Amino acid sequence: MTAQGIQAQGIQTNAERSALATIKRGLALTPEFRKGLAGTLALAVVATAGKIIVPIAVQQTIDTGLKGGSPDIPYITRAVLVCAAAVVLTALAAYIMNVRLYKATESSLATLRVRGFRHVHDLSVLTQNSERRGALVSRVTNDIDQISNFMQWGGLMIIVAFGQLFVATVLMFVYSWQLTLLVWACFVPLIIALPRFQRLLSRAYTVVRERTGDMLAAVSESVVGAAVIRAYASERRTAERIDKAVNANRSAQVRAQTIVGFVFPLTEIVAALAIAGIVLLGVRLGLSGEITQGELVAFLFLVTLFVSPLQTATEVLNEAQNAVAGWRRILGVIDTPPDVADPGDDGVELPRGPISVSFDDVHFSYPGGTPVLREITLEIPPRSRVAVVGETGSGKTTFAKLLTRLMDPVSGRVTVDGHDLRDVRFSSLRERIVMVPQDGFLFDGTLEENIRYGKPSATTEEIGLAMTELGLADWLEGLPAALDTPVGQRGESLSAGERQLVALARAYLADPDLLLLDEATSAVDPATEVRIARALEGVTRGRTAISIAHRLSTAENADEVLVFDAGRLVQRGPHAELVTQEGVYADLHASWVSAAHS
Amino acid sequence: MATKVTSAVMRQGLRVLGVAVRTEKAVFTLAVLASAVYGGMTVASAWALGWATQYVVQPAFAQGDVASGAMWTGTFLILGAALLKAFGVAGRRILAGVIQYRMQARSRRDVTKQYLRLPLSWHHQHPTGQLLSNASADAEAAWAPLAPLPMAVGVIVMLVTAAVAMLFTDLVLALVGFLIFPAIAVLNLIYQRKLSPLATRAQQLRAEVSEIAHESFDGALVVKTLGREELETDRFRRRAHELRDANIAVGRVRGLFDPLLEALPTIGVLAVLAVGAMRLSGGSIDSGDLVQVAYLFTLLAFPIRALGWVLAELPRSVVGWQRVQAVLDATGSMEYGRASAGSTTPAALEVSGVSYAYGEAEVLHDVTFDVPAGRTVALVGPTGSGKSTLVQLLVRLVDPDAGQVLLDGVDLRELAYGGIAESVALVPQQTFLFDDSVRGNIALGLDAADEDVWAALRLAQAEGFVARLADGLDTRVGERGASLSGGQRQRLALARAVVRRPRLLILDDATSSVDPQVEAKILYGLRDAAEASTVVVVAYRMATIALADEVVYLDHGRIVDRGTHDELLLRCAGYRNLVTAYEREEAERAAMELPVEEEGVSA
Repeated sequence: MTAQGIQAQGIQTNAERSALATIKRGLALTPEFRKGLAGTLALAVVATAGKIIVPIAVQQTIDTGLKGGSPDIPYITRAVLVCAAAVVLTALAAYIMNVRLYKATESSLATLRVRGFRHVHDLSVLTQNSERRGALVSRVTNDIDQISNFMQWGGLMIIVAFGQLFVATVLMFVYSWQLTLLVWACFVPLIIALPRFQRLLSRAYTVVRERTGDMLAAVSESVVGAAVIRAYASERRTAERIDKAVNANRSAQVRAQTIVGFVFPLTEIVAALAIAGIVLLGVRLGLSGEITQGELVAFLFLVTLFVSPLQTATEVLNEAQNAVAGWRRILGVIDTPPDVADPGDDGVELPRGPISVSFDDVHFSYPGGTPVLREITLEIPPRSRVAVVGETGSGKTTFAKLLTRLMDPVSGRVTVDGHDLRDVRFSSLRERIVMVPQDGFLFDGTLEENIRYGKPSATTEEIGLAMTELGLADWLEGLPAALDTPVGQRGESLSAGERQLVALARAYLADPDLLLLDEATSAVDPATEVRIARALEGVTRGRTAISIAHRLSTAENADEVLVFDAGRLVQRGPHAELVTQEGVYADLHASWVSAAHS
Repeated sequence: MATKVTSAVMRQGLRVLGVAVRTEKAVFTLAVLASAVYGGMTVASAWALGWATQYVVQPAFAQGDVASGAMWTGTFLILGAALLKAFGVAGRRILAGVIQYRMQARSRRDVTKQYLRLPLSWHHQHPTGQLLSNASADAEAAWAPLAPLPMAVGVIVMLVTAAVAMLFTDLVLALVGFLIFPAIAVLNLIYQRKLSPLATRAQQLRAEVSEIAHESFDGALVVKTLGREELETDRFRRRAHELRDANIAVGRVRGLFDPLLEALPTIGVLAVLAVGAMRLSGGSIDSGDLVQVAYLFTLLAFPIRALGWVLAELPRSVVGWQRVQAVLDATGSMEYGRASAGSTTPAALEVSGVSYAYGEAEVLHDVTFDVPAGRTVALVGPTGSGKSTLVQLLVRLVDPDAGQVLLDGVDLRELAYGGIAESVALVPQQTFLFDDSVRGNIALGLDAADEDVWAALRLAQAEGFVARLADGLDTRVGERGASLSGGQRQRLALARAVVRRPRLLILDDATSSVDPQVEAKILYGLRDAAEASTVVVVAYRMATIALADEVVYLDHGRIVDRGTHDELLLRCAGYRNLVTAYEREEAERAAMELPVEEEGVSA
């Protein structure tokens, strides 16, 4: 695939969409979050208001309770009790608000997660392959987690911070406008500088993420490449690479931490300046009777309300940025239209029975690439047995992918039973046409679970029967736990050939009307392969069967051979006929024969 | 799984922290000092405020004037305390990070060194995913409590200073503090005990959700070709909903305890005001003292929770540490001898009485055969007959349970480290490429000239496509060679072997992803160039077998027969059955062809 192709077909980045528009679109997709949001916010306001209880209580105690020589104990007691009740009330509000917030965010993000997951599967193979697997997984894991962190902490902090600064400022104004201006004058430069610090921090974190990725990749080589590293005595070289990546990651982490370490305490210094200023200016205002002693002391407490929002501001801004990026990425997936779309309920349902296929002047090229298939026109009658041959890169696999609608042609059309493939409902298409790819991917589970994947409703007896029909019963019995044998991650506990056998059984159990084998038994030993080929021949009688293979016998046994060369269908016909003609097939045939008999 | 903050977990957790403290003694001491400055200065800043209230504010309002000396002293005290505190905070944070990240990096380096040192048989017993998470997530978790640790130590300093300061101020007010602060600590402990199992479960589910996504996206082609998108989505949805519920459960606990922990110190301040007013009327304290204690409560409310953070991380840390330690404690390394295998002539290989088992299942039984120097031997056998295991023994990726493998008469185990790699090159069935350039992948540390690399590529029939790559030999192949096709990767792996001019070349079905036409070219090229090599080749294809001087036929882990292809064809039924499968099939088909065609005519 060309680099251009990757870009053109890739998942949308949404880079041009503004942060606000991204959040708006994100929220539009999560109705669970919007529901009851107003109530949650109202509770947040109540909870925030609790922060000014202490300064008020201090002011009241000093100004009213302690006025005139001896303290007014009953008044102070009353005031303290009222305040205590307010504290309990605001704590209760905070509790309810928290629970509502967690429920709403988690529900909405779970929906978004599942939706993103589903959409990845709906994307075409071309789009899927334009992205690293890990990156796709991140969309439905880390990216969502980042949004969740933000909604439950950062986003809340923003609301709380604004609320806190607001109520504090209002109360300050009630006490003294001069001192309020003084406090703001101290904090404004810091507030202006914060986004700058945040950018610095964000850049440092970006480097950390990159280095972490490098580190993980390097570490994985020591595990995945264990055999090659030992065979080539590359332990030292690999260890050096890993150490370098691990240390680079550590340096990046320490650097980010150093920035945090310097920025974080700045707020405390500014707060101390404000407090000193309050004392200096406050006593002068007090001398001229513009402020009471209690109000002055209350100011000292109010300044502390400025500290925590500003201290966490860089962190919050950073999380906000991550969350927006996370939203962009997950929305990028959801907003990428599947270029091979399921017509769904509008589509045609194919009745069961033998399938005919026709290609009508089909062209295919990867976006921005050179043509891979050109002017393919052909008919495959129902019940026929077709072999597809040609050198690597001749377009055989592309042909298979178009026939199974893993991709759509650039021009021309592919029809089954007279219906354009694009009009056929996926549920119907996938039931009737099944391809077995060369790489027999298995899920981590038992053999039985993997085979059942072809037909979820199949009983163990049916599976056993299918294995017998395919001539695989002997092989199965030779395994330690027969059908209960665990296959390991990606099936790696089995050999490549065994994985192919399971993949074949899985497809066979699905009972399609057209079975397409893309070098599906290339890693199996010849005796087993012949046995399977023969078994398949028996069981696919009455169905359409298409095989892509490098095998002489496959071509010989076919009703028709399709010969691909450099993206064109250059020859077609039965083996007996083609072998007598001069051309690509005769050359291929000669090389097979010499390979088999030399 | 250790999910609760039990005393056993606590003890283990503290032991883990002890390891870090001992390893990073100097930095840890500095971090604690910085944190102590922070703790002390937090209390001092409250005291400075009390002082200013008492000697600046109070006289101003009471007497209507203020001594400028007191005013400047107050300002100096407030700013000085804040500045020192800021230094303490910065030092504590930065140094805590240094310790944490250094320990993480240390664990990662040690763990991966161990991966590289341990024998392949150990790798076979451990799933890839587990090993990767040992080096990443577990190494991270093990040292996570180090981040808040200096702060926690600083908080203890802070609490002691505060207690002393309050005791000096007023005994009764101190009593209020002694009630409130332990209450906060206990509440926080309860909080962490309740939270920690829930958080662990959520963490676990997060990993499972990720695993499902990984596997499902890896198998996307299967999912698509069988139309199982809905089934997969259901599988994912179930786990995603479990995760949602687990996160909500975490949220309930957080939602309850966070406001409580915030309310408690506020209640404390209110209590100080009420009690303080009474003490004030009795003349035991002055208003400066009252402000100081109330302010102290405000300042202490947050840091005191750091103690809880350390505790909260402990169970996760213990689990991470144990997993990392399990890798580091794993024994059984390959021991190397001192013998050298250096020579330029083709090597002679001898396998004598070799048996090998994976756990219980013996896959090779008493295997004996030899490959004379300069000869080519084909290892043939049905799927699962033990060929790949045998190959691993030949290059000493694993050692036999019984018997010996000898290279030029020397047991492989007696050769010095690197000796085998100098003489023997293996091209395995599963190609592995490093995230490096084409050149780097082929040279693999060997000091090979470009023309030698190109010559190897030519032999592997890879010259053409490498020349067409954007940066030629310098093109990076991506993680595990992701940017190349299977056949291309296989050819690079082949070039990697031949560039070393090995004395013994071992091909384990190494051309399976390559076209037969290309394969034939490669094999003929090898035969011509491999005059200086002994070759062992695992194969099914006749073309490959035909290149061999001799065939060793393996079935169910035993050598059934050996001889030339023609000899075996005559006397070994299993072999005949395997290699002539296609021909027989062809012949039978030809015999059946007639009636089928007649049928066609009559129909």
